[in-house]
Amino acid sequence: MSEIKEEILEILSEDSRTTPAQIALMTGAPEEEIKKCIAELEEERIIVKYHAAINWDKTQDASVQALIEVKVTPQRDRGFDTIARRIYRFDEVRSVYLMSGTYDLLVIVDGKSMRQVAYFVAERLSTIEGVLSTATHFILKKYKDDGVLLEDESDDRLVVTP
Amino acid sequence: MNISDFVCDSVRDLPPSGIRKFFDIVSTMEGAVSLGVGEPDFVTPWNMREAAIYSLEQGHTHYTSNWGTIELRRAISKYLAVRFGLEYNPENQVLVTVGASEGIDLALRAIIHPGDEVLVPDPSYVSYAPCVSLCGGKPVGIQTDAQAEFKILPEALERSITSRTRALILPYPNNPTGAVMTRRDLEKIVPVLKKHDIVIISDEIYGELTYTPERHASIAEFAELHDRVVLLSGFSKSFAMTGWRIGYACAHRDLMAAMVKIHQYTIMCAPIMSQAAACEGLVKSMSDGFAQVESMKRAYNRRRRVILSAVREMGLSCFEPQGAFYIFPSIKSTGRSSEEFCEDLLKRQKVAVVPGTAFGASGEGHIRCSYAYSIENIQDALARIRKYLEGNERR
Repeated sequence: MSEIKEEILEILSEDSRTTPAQIALMTGAPEEEIKKCIAELEEERIIVKYHAAINWDKTQDASVQALIEVKVTPQRDRGFDTIARRIYRFDEVRSVYLMSGTYDLLVIVDGKSMRQVAYFVAERLSTIEGVLSTATHFILKKYKDDGVLLEDESDDRLVVTP
Repeated sequence: MNISDFVCDSVRDLPPSGIRKFFDIVSTMEGAVSLGVGEPDFVTPWNMREAAIYSLEQGHTHYTSNWGTIELRRAISKYLAVRFGLEYNPENQVLVTVGASEGIDLALRAIIHPGDEVLVPDPSYVSYAPCVSLCGGKPVGIQTDAQAEFKILPEALERSITSRTRALILPYPNNPTGAVMTRRDLEKIVPVLKKHDIVIISDEIYGELTYTPERHASIAEFAELHDRVVLLSGFSKSFAMTGWRIGYACAHRDLMAAMVKIHQYTIMCAPIMSQAAACEGLVKSMSDGFAQVESMKRAYNRRRRVILSAVREMGLSCFEPQGAFYIFPSIKSTGRSSEEFCEDLLKRQKVAVVPGTAFGASGEGHIRCSYAYSIENIQDALARIRKYLEGNERR
């Protein structure tokens, strides 16, 4: 990938609201080129979506999140893909990753309550053919999410220094 | 008896710091937005902080060799070789100092006789001239200006050298102007320096923060001058380590021996935990292509372009700075002096920038704005400056 595209990705991953005009200013490249690069990145699905990083802990929202380790039997010819697809289509599922190590799939699930997540695991996930076992871990507090610190850090520099 | 009578002449005669005076005004003000700092907004990378913590846990709380730990000196030596093609023997040519600031003092004290002249580009960092005066030397300014992008030109250098000239301080990339001396710029002054037997104290603390397509060039790369160069640098800017007070000096071994003599009697050694952290930073950087330094540099470079274009849009003229994290626009069009402008801006719009005159008389008509801030902070400050300038026109 070109250097300018890498830089665009770095800027947008920091703040997805940065406009092409602003990126042009920051990088010194013409705005038209930035627009073209972004269009290509979107076309190639390298940029998939623009979203906000939200600290839900600060809202009234009482929902919970759980990481579920899932062991499965891979299928002939299709490996883990079919089963992963069956899992990720549920609305509750936020992310699904194929993992190395002692289990196969890591499933991140959103739920309105612990009970709802427990129900999802027992009724929906465990019963899928090929799922051998699950282990559910609830997230208690997020400190850093996707490279963003969720706690405030203040600027404690002196205001004027040589 | 008046106790202040005991203060010696050389200290009493030092001019008060222009920055200090400004700091006193700003610190009484609430809700002020600052573009006034001379240090990175980044915190030292965690792996380096962690290395210091580990070193403390291991009970490494003692003096090190006067020179600094051999691990750190080897890392510095290797770093200078791979990054800038410079050769310094870690055994007797690399000294770990308490910030590059200590290096300035050591280099000057090691070479200055009373009455010797030391050339200092004007404007530049606030410490050089006072340090020269404290060793009984005479700081001689080489005026630089926006038209020549605050570089040292060979003619001006030649004109400034007299039979009493002992040294030239070469502080590029420059604080406060953001000016750099590219290889081509250095090539122009090399013949002058070759002609005259003077020491070149090259303060390259901002060397890593150079935004030209070609990397920072050091005067020490010129073989014919190498033995006369004292190279000063450190970790404060490139690794965001200002509070750790850790830097280094490199020079010919005979000159270094003199500097170490002063260092061992006055400082003993740089703090051991800072040395551990610095060593970690260099070792990691040499294995991952300086990822942390490069990522901070990219962030600064974006801010540089944003602030430069905004300042020009406001109608202030400004040459394009290619180094450090400062821009140095001219405010002459407002008809005010640097100090008036800064005080008024602070009073009316609560933005702190530093008057150019804090860095020497040639800074008159300019202000130093630092872009070691988040884009949001910079944009907030810029909006206020714009408002101030518009109000100024109406007044």
